[in-house]
Amino acid sequence: MAAKTLTIDGHLVSARPGETLLEAIREAGITIPTLCHLDGLSDVGACRLCLVEIEGQRRLQPACMTMVSEGMVVHTNTPRLQAYRRQIIELLFAERNHVCSVCVASGHCELQRLAGMVGMDHVRYEYLSPDCPVDISHMRFGIDHNRCVLCTRCVRACDEIEGVHTWDVAGRGVDARVITDMNQPWGTSTTCTSCGKCQLACPTGAIFPRGVTVGERPLASERIALIVEARKQRW
Amino acid sequence: MGQRIVIDPVTRIEGHAKISIHLDEAGDVAETRFHVTEFRGFERFCIGRPFWEMPGITARICGICPVSHLLASARAGDGLLAVLIPPAAEKLRRLMNLGQIIQSHALSFFHLSGPDLMLGFDSDPAQRNVFGLIAADPNLARNGIRLRQFGQEVIELLGGRKIHPAWAVPGGVRNGLSQSGRDQIRAKIPEMLAIALDAIGRLKHLTERYQREIETFGVFPSLYLGMVGPGGRWMHYGGKLRVIDHTGKILIDELDPIDYHDVIGEAVEPWSYLKFPYIRALGYPGGMYRVGPLARINVCSTMGATRADTELRELREQAGPVIEGSFYYHHARLIEIIAALERMEMLVEDDDLLSNELRADAGVNRREAVGVSEAPRGTLFHHYKVDDKGLITDVNLIIATGQNNLAINRTVGQIAQSYIRNGQFDQGILNRIEAGVRAYDPCLSCSTHAVGQMAMEVELYDAQGELIDRVSR
Repeated sequence: MAAKTLTIDGHLVSARPGETLLEAIREAGITIPTLCHLDGLSDVGACRLCLVEIEGQRRLQPACMTMVSEGMVVHTNTPRLQAYRRQIIELLFAERNHVCSVCVASGHCELQRLAGMVGMDHVRYEYLSPDCPVDISHMRFGIDHNRCVLCTRCVRACDEIEGVHTWDVAGRGVDARVITDMNQPWGTSTTCTSCGKCQLACPTGAIFPRGVTVGERPLASERIALIVEARKQRW
Repeated sequence: MGQRIVIDPVTRIEGHAKISIHLDEAGDVAETRFHVTEFRGFERFCIGRPFWEMPGITARICGICPVSHLLASARAGDGLLAVLIPPAAEKLRRLMNLGQIIQSHALSFFHLSGPDLMLGFDSDPAQRNVFGLIAADPNLARNGIRLRQFGQEVIELLGGRKIHPAWAVPGGVRNGLSQSGRDQIRAKIPEMLAIALDAIGRLKHLTERYQREIETFGVFPSLYLGMVGPGGRWMHYGGKLRVIDHTGKILIDELDPIDYHDVIGEAVEPWSYLKFPYIRALGYPGGMYRVGPLARINVCSTMGATRADTELRELREQAGPVIEGSFYYHHARLIEIIAALERMEMLVEDDDLLSNELRADAGVNRREAVGVSEAPRGTLFHHYKVDDKGLITDVNLIIATGQNNLAINRTVGQIAQSYIRNGQFDQGILNRIEAGVRAYDPCLSCSTHAVGQMAMEVELYDAQGELIDRVSR
């Protein structure tokens, strides 16, 4: 099949058919913020950070869920997009209790990095300050819902890579929470294999190894893609 | 017709407070109160957190003495793990605490109280701050800044940053000391000792000038509580607690921090956010005790450091075996800086410091533990209870300044009574009352604000609550 030619931020770019716009944008050397996307996992288009403007389309489209097509003219960094991205990050901070200064992931956190990237110097929305529990009933890991952004990367890593689907999402809107098994303490889960891929996939300090202290949880989410790649080569 | 004088806020202290002075019909002091007007809430919002995070969280209580909270919290964490931490970790924690004592005492003496002492209590309020001190005696001010910088550097060499290093953790510490870091500390100690010895020499020369202040700043019998090491040596981390009375008699000795609650009670008053700890055996408020530099040099038998011991002997000859006045907190602070530098000089020669065995690993093996460190301002207690997984279920923090609360209140009263007569007072008198508080170097929060630049207002009310006079600066 012939390559598709499209214009991204004024540059002519050729892409493989069936490629997502996000892949094409990255191949063109352009960085746009993403959060729910993780290389190696399927995409859900949930976080809306990779929204782009496509000429001829009234609505903004998530680059991770949009396929390239011939003649597409795409803008990735307009003032409108910049404003939305910052707004999204601010809303994420306002929704739970993100306190970088005492967080196990500080310095190794995608949310923290994104806040810097979109220029968030303060949050314009009222903090909801929900009373979220911490579950450290698992022998090796803990989940702190205060730091969860509901990207569902843990849910997809558990389902698609480990294949056990211990994680899922319960509740709606601001009450939504990631859960293990039948919404029970993680330590009592009968499906969890303790593989730790959820922890690798987590962009923030929400899922962490038990016993880590401030800033000690490394960010290792690229290892999910390495696992996927390694399996492809073997099987 | 009674009057009420309010000093709000009190300046050149760490945190927010006000003082109210009630005058009787004759215009003499009837009652005084030192109110702490801020509320932090750490004891509440730490509930539900994994205890491993507590050192990092509680260090944020204070920007001046984060190390004290870090160490007390990590030590409580050691207790929950029920581990004996590696010797290197124990010694490195001690080294960091010495750095902190030096930097915090330097801040208190040179930056906060220095302007009162060197420029005079009655000097122009616009100049009576660290900038005024720089203008009047640049060399002294520079020395103070360098001494504080050195203490901060020691903290940074170990913890990676000067303020809020998340370095001490349950079970040990996260990083060791490098050979170059050790060399750096070793090289600077002689200069720092010279600065500290010069400062104490200058302070001794001021004794005559401030005779009245020395006699009226918190001169009353009280108990003293502090940590001591083996043989009653001055100790700031890892020792046992001792309580003495105003005659020097040891009332309680070898107290394990875990048993603090048997000895210390905590009272609450409706007009302050700060609790009022007291020694249970003597009841409330009779069990008033003081902590901090003055208490530590009173409870210890020896400083365990040659030059500091010489200074302590000299001070005891002059002021008695138990040094009673709060003005002497300044002397005590400088003696402690000297002792800290001498101890550091000995400690850096220990090759254990360069070890890579720094952190013991364990699960939750105890449900309750107490960690204690000697903060620059006094004995600090962190008391945690956890569930079987290690989530905090209960936190009690007893902060140095809280323990000095009764004594600070009494000091304010004593100075006010001594200087205010027939409703007459001026700026210099009000500053002395503040300076009486400053002598304790109270740390009411972690807030650091513009030094000496906050507005201060004193208002006079009659018995009906009508404002009759106001002085502001």
